[in-house]
Amino acid sequence: MKVTVRYFAQLRDAAGTGSEQVEGDFRTPADLWTHLCARHVFPLGAADLRVSVNARYVPFEAPLGEGDEVAFIPPVSGG
Amino acid sequence: MFVLQASPLPGGADLLPPGDLACGGVVVFEGRVRDHNEGRAVTALEYEAYEALAQAEGERILAEAAQRFGPVRVAAAHRQGLLQLGEAAVVVVAASAHRQEAFAACRWVIDAIKERLPVWKREHYVDGTRAWVACGCHHHGPEAP
Repeated sequence: MKVTVRYFAQLRDAAGTGSEQVEGDFRTPADLWTHLCARHVFPLGAADLRVSVNARYVPFEAPLGEGDEVAFIPPVSGG
Repeated sequence: MFVLQASPLPGGADLLPPGDLACGGVVVFEGRVRDHNEGRAVTALEYEAYEALAQAEGERILAEAAQRFGPVRVAAAHRQGLLQLGEAAVVVVAASAHRQEAFAACRWVIDAIKERLPVWKREHYVDGTRAWVACGCHHHGPEAP
């Protein structure tokens, strides 16, 4: 499966990019996060993050589809 | 109406024009960039947003507020990009027939924004360094901004 991963804040600094296409054998954001952790050294763990798929927060076990835009959301600090 | 923009934010009256004559109580919350945080002098703030999710989630927050607080009109705006001290980072307006619902809805919306809106704040310090701000807002209410 191929998806687009978006990175923000500390994760963007760690990945060195705001976005990348990732292809691999993953079915959920949880699988995808494990896959990404083999490519990057992130300062945050899954327990610190929320995940969104196509601009909607979803559970880490939600199914992923071909071409989805996935973002792992660090603790937010707006306002 | 939820607005995410890089230019200075509208004030409460522009964000929610007086159009509904049933609304007698209007509450505006404005969060401004302050000059210190946790003992360090701050010179400016930078906000990064995930625009697609922030727009969608901002609209969901306002829709939920309208459901939760009944006949109340709510609007909100959040800034992104580089902000100078004193500039508004967030504006929330709530209008209702009476003040109680307006205060309650305004507070609920700013709390939800701080809890859910995918926006990240990076502080710039006097010594030229910058750092992402760890979120300490989940259970502390509207410590602004």
